[in-house]
Parts: sequence; C-alpha cells; structure tokens
Amino acid sequence: MNAALLLLADSRLPAGGHGHSGGAEEAVRIGAIHDLAGLAAFLRGRLATAGLVTAALAAAACELGAAHLSASPPPPADGPPAEVPARANGVLPAPTPAPANGSSPPPETSRSAWVRLDAEADARISSPAQREASRTQGRLLLRTSRRIWPSPVLDALAGAVPQGAHHPLALGAVAAVAGCSPAEAALAAAYTSVTGPATAAVRLLGLDPVAVHRLLAELAPALERVAATVPTGGSDGSWESLPAHAAPALDLLAEQHIRADLRLFVS
Amino acid sequence: MGANHDDHHHAADPHGRALRLGIGGPVGSGKTALTAALCRTLGPSMRLGVVTNDIYTTEDADFLRRAGVLDPERIVAVQTGCCPHTAIRDDIAANLDAVETLEERFGPLDLVIVESGGDNLTATFSRGLADRQIFVLDVSGGDKVPRKGGPGVTTADLLVVNKTDLAQMVGADLTVMSRDAAAVREGRPVLFTSIRDDPSAHAVSEWVTGLVESWAHEHSNA
Repeated sequence: MNAALLLLADSRLPAGGHGHSGGAEEAVRIGAIHDLAGLAAFLRGRLATAGLVTAALAAAACELGAAHLSASPPPPADGPPAEVPARANGVLPAPTPAPANGSSPPPETSRSAWVRLDAEADARISSPAQREASRTQGRLLLRTSRRIWPSPVLDALAGAVPQGAHHPLALGAVAAVAGCSPAEAALAAAYTSVTGPATAAVRLLGLDPVAVHRLLAELAPALERVAATVPTGGSDGSWESLPAHAAPALDLLAEQHIRADLRLFVS
Repeated sequence: MGANHDDHHHAADPHGRALRLGIGGPVGSGKTALTAALCRTLGPSMRLGVVTNDIYTTEDADFLRRAGVLDPERIVAVQTGCCPHTAIRDDIAANLDAVETLEERFGPLDLVIVESGGDNLTATFSRGLADRQIFVLDVSGGDKVPRKGGPGVTTADLLVVNKTDLAQMVGADLTVMSRDAAAVREGRPVLFTSIRDDPSAHAVSEWVTGLVESWAHEHSNA
C-alpha cells in the first residue's frame, strides 16, 4: 500500500471536503436521519450507489492518469494536447508505432480522454446540484493537489475540464500521480463517500462520535469489497460499461438542499 | 463559479493581485456591519469584492446587499460545514476558490474582504488566505475579553472594539479594554468604533485605505 493514500483519504487534506455532507444535511433537516440507525442505513445505501459509482470512476481515472504518467514525454500544461499511447494498465507502453498507411485510428489525446471520462461521470449523476457539488470538490482537490503533487497529468486534467473535473476524476488522477493503484483510488473514493456524511451527521445531530466511528469500522469490509471489485473500464477505455447505480432519494435530497434557506454545508 | 486556471494567485505570489483582508471575530461582534461599512465608505474609490462565510440566513445577506454600494454579484458566499475556523485556517480551498473567482470575474480588484463565520477567540486566518486581518470584538462581551487574549486578539493586524455606544449600559470600561489590549498586542493598533453611531466606520476605513495603498505600491506588476 502507498502511504500517500492515507494523505488523500484524510479529512484534513485541505481540499474543501469539510464543507460537503453528501446529502446528510438535507436528510437530517427532513428527519430522514435522526439517530444512529438512520445514519447507518443512509451510509450503506450511499456506499452501494453513489459510493460504488464514484469508486469505479476514480479507479478508471487512476488507470488513465497512470497511463499518461508513463507516456513520454508528458503533455505540456498549456500547449496543444500531446498524443498519448493507449492505456497500458500501469505497464510502460511500447513506443507508439507509426500508423500503417493510415489503417489504424490515431491514439486518443490526453485531453479528449479526460473529456470523455468526465462525460461518463456527468451521465451518472442525475441531479444538477450533485453535479455542481462534484465539480466544485474536484476543482478544489485539483487546485490543492497541483501544489502538493505537481504533475503535467493534473495540469492536463484541469485544462481539459476548465469548469472543474468531477471529484472522482480528480481523486483518481491525483492518486495516480501520488503513486497509488486504481484499487487504492477506489478505496479512497468509497471511504470518503461515507466518511463525509458521517462526520456531517455528528456535527448536525450531536451523535456520539465514537458510535459513528464504530459504524464506519463496521463498513470497512464493504469498502474493501467495493475497492477490490469495481471495474475500471479497462485499458481500452470502455467506460460506458462502468457501474451506473442510481439513488433517486439522494438526487432529491440534493435538489431540495440547494433550495433550502438555511444551509451550513455546500451539499 | 470556478477558478480552475493555473494556480498563480495563491498568497505565496502576491504580485499583481488585490489585497486580501480577513475580518474575523466572535458571533455578533459586528463583522458584517463592519464589512458593510467598509463597502459603503471604500466602494466609491476602490474596486471591491467580498467573500462571506456562513451567512446562512437571508437576513444577513440582505443586510450586506442593502448597504447598497456593492453589486450583489461581487459578494460570494462560502458554506463551511459547521466549521468556520477550518474554512479560514486549516482548509482554505473553498475560500481561495471564491476569492479567485471574484478576481477572475471582476478583476483587477483593489481589495477582497473575506468575512469569517462567527467563531471564538482562537480563530485566525491562514496567511495562505488573508494578507492582513482584522479581529472584531464588541464591548458587550465584557471588558475582560482583551485580557483573555487568544490569537485573534493578540496577533491580528488590527483589533476593532465595536459597539462603544453600549459601554455604559453594559458596564464595560473602555480604558480597561484599551490598556489590556495594548498589553497583549505589542504595539499593534486597536481602534474603538460604534458602527451604529458612525456607519462609515471612519477610522477603520482610513486604516484599510492605507493598507491598500501600500499593498498596491509594494506589489504592483508595473
């Protein structure tokens, strides 16, 4: 395991995560969460839906980031996007062969690959409020991480999605740059998908923080299962087959939350 | 909103950008009133932006907008997830994003005010977010507060003691507050105000004007 994973998953990473409740604030406001049992059910549901999807996207982004890292030379931050070889699953790719009389399609550029994966993330988040929250968190994570782990890969992602890449893309790309594997990126994504709402519930309901952490500990095997089993779409970037589990209740909570008069959390 | 450009604007590189002024202090001491007063007084001569933290009631937001000198679009709100001190000290990402969004949208600016959520005496701004900071107390919290110190009272570039009009009513001795503040602040300035009596916050506005002028002089790109 890479120790950088601990930094990435730590709630103290200064990337704005503390301002997001993942729907928990609205669930508390309408009374859907009012005790430990309600929180436990909320977290299990979130992990099985949004958590799973975000973990798969993070793993795919990590795989893509690792392929761009091992491609040489790295794409310049602000120049025209460099062409990169197809993803090689962490293995140093062979030099790109010259196209044989134009018979093979040109390799996908770094920029267009990020744009395509970002569109896959967009398509999996039904609620506009959640999309906005995801992009905000992704933008803040990238801005912080580009100073902690400077890399042309992160510059390329930021340039490819100027409005802010979705959070799992940023998380996966940063994980790759920090030396983590796709499964580790998925674990960090699954972990933060439940720890954010859990912490928010502690703050909003005054729940016993030890009891809430016990809940999180009980979820640990499920987190590992998610991280070990999510598909990444593979080295050919077949991301349309990534999980797309929906959670209509989370969508509705996010849409109500953004319209609430009193909000302590961004989402 | 969004500022996903290359990160040239973090506080480590202050050249060619606005002065970032933090305004912190306990709940109810008059941070929003001071922010509104500064907008009112400085707005006609300076290009301003304001970032508010935890203005979660429309009443507070309307209060700022009613100040009437600042385009509401130049006021950006940040939610801190019940952790006002985290957002200005330990994890400043959302506030930096808001500041840069304002600079990108309306820049160049002369001054960006970041008003913190109401907190306690230990809350201070990270130097990565605010170039200078004001800590606001009020006399109705009791005249012993400056003696208690805390990083806000002792290290802020300016300590403002507001609501002096209430001093007699709450039995607060301004001389004691002034003496105690001087003792813990090692010569840093303290100003006494009553924004109710002087909605222009004249003395504080003068101090801020001086700051902005010397900032522009020291950090101009020209």
